[in-house]
Amino acid sequence: MDAQMLDNIGSLLASTVNIFIPITFAAIASCFSARTGIINMALDGIMLVSAFFAVYGSYLTGNAWFGLGLGIVAGVAIALFFSVITIKFRCSQALAGLGINMLAKGLTIVLLQAIWNAKGKSAIVEGIDVIRFDAIAGVPILGSIFAQIPPLLIVLVASLALVQVVFFRTVFGLRMHVTGENPVAARSLGIKVERMQYVCMIISGVFASLGGAYLSICDVSIFSRDMVAGRGFIGMAVAIFGANQPVGCILGGLLFGFAQSLQYRLQGGAGIPTQLVQMMPYVLTLVALAFSKKDTSGLTESRL
Amino acid sequence: MRGICKSFGLVNANVDVDLDIAKGEILSLLGENGAGKTTLMNVLYGLLEPDAGTIWINGRQERILSPLTATALGISMVHQHFMLVNTLTVAENVVLGYEPRKGAFFDRARAFEEVGRLSEEYGLRVDPHAEVSTLPVGMKQRVEILKALYRKSDILILDEPTAVLTPGEADDLFEVLRQFKQSGKAIILITHKLKETMQAADRITILRQGRVVRTMPRVEADVDQLAEMMVGRRIVFSIGRKEMPKGLPVLMSIRHATLKREGVAKLKDINIDVHGGEILGIAGVDGNGQTELAEVLTGLQRLNEGAIYINGAPVKAPTPAKMLELKVGHIPEDRTTRGVIRNFSVSQNLILGYQRSARFSGRLQLKKRAVDAFAKNTAEKFDIRCGSIDDPLSSLSGGNQQKVVIGRVMSEDPRIVIAAQPTRGVDIGAVEYIHERIVELRDAGKAILLISADLDEVIKLADRISVIYDGRIVSDDEAKNYDERRLGALMTGQADESRREADR
Amino acid sequence: MKDLFTRAWKKSKGFILQSGALFSIAAFVFSLIVSAAIMLLSGFDPLQGYSALLSGAFGSWDNVATTLGTATPLIFAGLSVSIGKRAGFFNIGVEGQLLSGALAAAVAGAYLKGLPAFIHIPLCFAIAWIVGGLIGVLSVKLKQFMKVSELIITVMLNYVITYLVDILVSEFFLNPGYVVRTPDIQASAALAPLVPLSRLNTGIFVALAGTALLYWIYRKTRFGYEILAVGLNRRAAETGGIAVNTKVSIAMFISGGLAAMGGAVESMGVHGYYIANMVSGYGYDGLTIAIMGGGNPIGCVMASVIFGALRAGSSNMNRTTNIPGEFITILQALVILFVSAPLLIRYFKDKLTRTKSSGSEAA
Repeated sequence: MDAQMLDNIGSLLASTVNIFIPITFAAIASCFSARTGIINMALDGIMLVSAFFAVYGSYLTGNAWFGLGLGIVAGVAIALFFSVITIKFRCSQALAGLGINMLAKGLTIVLLQAIWNAKGKSAIVEGIDVIRFDAIAGVPILGSIFAQIPPLLIVLVASLALVQVVFFRTVFGLRMHVTGENPVAARSLGIKVERMQYVCMIISGVFASLGGAYLSICDVSIFSRDMVAGRGFIGMAVAIFGANQPVGCILGGLLFGFAQSLQYRLQGGAGIPTQLVQMMPYVLTLVALAFSKKDTSGLTESRL
Repeated sequence: MRGICKSFGLVNANVDVDLDIAKGEILSLLGENGAGKTTLMNVLYGLLEPDAGTIWINGRQERILSPLTATALGISMVHQHFMLVNTLTVAENVVLGYEPRKGAFFDRARAFEEVGRLSEEYGLRVDPHAEVSTLPVGMKQRVEILKALYRKSDILILDEPTAVLTPGEADDLFEVLRQFKQSGKAIILITHKLKETMQAADRITILRQGRVVRTMPRVEADVDQLAEMMVGRRIVFSIGRKEMPKGLPVLMSIRHATLKREGVAKLKDINIDVHGGEILGIAGVDGNGQTELAEVLTGLQRLNEGAIYINGAPVKAPTPAKMLELKVGHIPEDRTTRGVIRNFSVSQNLILGYQRSARFSGRLQLKKRAVDAFAKNTAEKFDIRCGSIDDPLSSLSGGNQQKVVIGRVMSEDPRIVIAAQPTRGVDIGAVEYIHERIVELRDAGKAILLISADLDEVIKLADRISVIYDGRIVSDDEAKNYDERRLGALMTGQADESRREADR
Repeated sequence: MKDLFTRAWKKSKGFILQSGALFSIAAFVFSLIVSAAIMLLSGFDPLQGYSALLSGAFGSWDNVATTLGTATPLIFAGLSVSIGKRAGFFNIGVEGQLLSGALAAAVAGAYLKGLPAFIHIPLCFAIAWIVGGLIGVLSVKLKQFMKVSELIITVMLNYVITYLVDILVSEFFLNPGYVVRTPDIQASAALAPLVPLSRLNTGIFVALAGTALLYWIYRKTRFGYEILAVGLNRRAAETGGIAVNTKVSIAMFISGGLAAMGGAVESMGVHGYYIANMVSGYGYDGLTIAIMGGGNPIGCVMASVIFGALRAGSSNMNRTTNIPGEFITILQALVILFVSAPLLIRYFKDKLTRTKSSGSEAA
């Protein structure tokens, strides 16, 4: 193996991780809400809004971490809005999600204009930089991955472990499961179903926001219109693929990230049109869904 | 409970109800569907808040605002439709809401241990590690009862507990309840079954249309008296029918029928003949293949092996449309999911399944005037109580909705009728009406296949009875040769004692 | 004469009240109010914005023509979603179907030479319809095969089709000298403009014909009854002998076809070729229109005119003020939210009436 090839593999793995992070955040977000019986159809919207406000926060204060915080607050607000409309006002989840996603798109573009007088992209802001371990930068393959670790990756991994514990070993996780599986039974046991759903929706919003914020202030330090591009839905598909379990989400996310970065490498070579590569994530999602084990997560019937 | 009132909009579910229960006694709360029994108990259990009235527990007035409060006061309810989570184990289901913990963590090991101990102590043997979805119905009920015991309840409410049990299982249940009684627990039995009440209760409170008719000790009551109090008029328990000649023609039969779903065989080598002018009753506990049998006979499911014959000719690729064309009428067992469309009008529902016939449509368009005339006619003939035929079906009562289904089936002059649970969720007055119509069809020479979990209904209506157990027909005989004991035994898979005796 | 008038008035009033149009109008009004609030908060002047919208939409005959011309493909989109929804299939894939219809018509219009107009035009329509219809059926089959909600499937398909169409144009149907654009269509395939140099063309008559077609299907045909049964209660429909999967597929063939027609009309009547982003967003408009129209084809037409007005007005708003045109996206989103959460409106209505009454009590 020559250095060039090692380099290629290294950058392939690095870009896998890059794609993996926001998608898996979205996947966990989807798990949390789905397990309580609510399909979070507004994931795209939440991610877009958090991506925007993360950049805005950084723009205001020059501090990227403040931006991250603001992004999370904004994303959770949207998530709460979604849950209020669907739980309290009994709107269909599909339509509420559609409306919120559209609202997010329109709102962020309008705010782009209002704040930066821009049509497509915001100003460049302070981003959250990767943590550098220059010591191992030279190491082949591993160096490409571990020499620069985005802080949110650490958050993601820690979260996944935490979520695994919460789902399967805590009382909260048990009650969550009951709420989603059989809300009538849950109610008769004294479990406050709506409260559980709201709480889990907020948690879902937090994770989705982390994913969205990663796209803007960790990856490119800028906000551009429609930068989420369906990743929320892809995350949802990964969650279904992974049977709404953290381990499944990791596997699905890695698989997806790897497949997509492979496509990027192939791009441009051998006259493959760029659009073919661009549509790969969506085709992949469809394929993944075709082979997922379908449970009674409610996503099999469209909730109109 | 004193002076409990509860209304839902215009419906007065409970009006000024008084109820008492003492330690160590079994009270039967008797009434027909819609009398207000479940509502009253939901109030006691904290699922509903009464509009007026008070509740006293052990001499103290209490406000029960949620099931948590009720449980804390020692009240537990075992619902008719089990409140279990299928994907969890028995132990997990039992402890839900009062989980043994280590901080925020769920102490699963202790849950298993405690539930195991409890089940041993009360003789309700269930494996705490078993996943609930794998349990048969009788066991699931035990899990529900264990829930009540785990919460150290002194007052147990059981809502129609024998609805899903065979006579044998019901006997076991009453034995358990008797034990509870002796250990000082108070038990309220919600039921509409008179026999059960006479068998198990110490005292009886009869509800009718939301009000208490009377409360009396069981020793003072007799069945006819109770029935009259429940309904407000005399009830006929048997039904007159025509004498049928021997040698009736076989209108529909099914041979060597096997149906597999997800790898599990639901129907195993079934052979049935349905004769014209005869009601064939299929008795069995829900879940032994009745649903699949009805689906196969009406074209909703294809057999893996075997065939269906109508008038001797095999039906090649049965679909619901084809079976309807072949004059097979279907009264589905689940009215809301399969029988009617709630948001459709009465007239739209009355032609469902028959909209292709030349009566109701031309090549592309529906003949609105013909449909309306038919609908008005049928609604009158079958005494369907509604404002107008254009009203949405959801505005009709359960009994009237079922009448729409029956009116629809009968107006098409079917040759064969598959009637599955035809009086489920229907009040007693409409039940009589429906039974009369079914016998009417039979007298006119039609073949009726009656599938029902209500043994009383099967015994009352059927000329012949077949028992289905675990996907097989385990017995087939004339109705008069059966009694409750024999049916009960067959329904639970025991060998046919009477047959063996007769053969000897 | 007066008698006739009063009877017509009574009938249309009954129609409006019965069809729930009042409700959709209320939702629209609420959305306008909330949008105005958002404008204010973002530092824009809502009065300025709305007046620019209005004048851009109806300010002159040319503008009215633009409004109606913009409404034409929207009517198709709305009808498309409407029939899908009736059969219980939420066709978010309108966007992709519109696009493919636009390309199909542009290609058929440009590459088929020597045909007289009365053959060429219907032929282009037919080809577009078939392409869109097949995509519609594909969506249904995918859902049946994969057993996942069509919401994800159609959204993914939209992305895939968008890129696919791009590739097709760049690789096969490129007009030399342009980046992503097909050659001009033949004159025999062009739809005549009704107002010179405007978007309004004879395509609007086709749209109205489509409306009449759907109205007839819904109210009079057995097929309309059957797909409504399927959409309301699939299992009951199945028990009633209706071949559920077949019916949904047919409905989606019509749905996809209608959407494709919307694209075709744009290619043939407005531009004369296919160009990237020519119908972007129309699909999502169609969703909002169908929801506002509430399952009534005539309601779809009315909602389409409103949205046509919004789009026409928004470019004016963009030009004369610095308020971004994306406000109509916000408006649309709010309409969807308000219409589908009827309790929301009631909640606000109660709040408003309560504050009013408490105010008068205090006084």
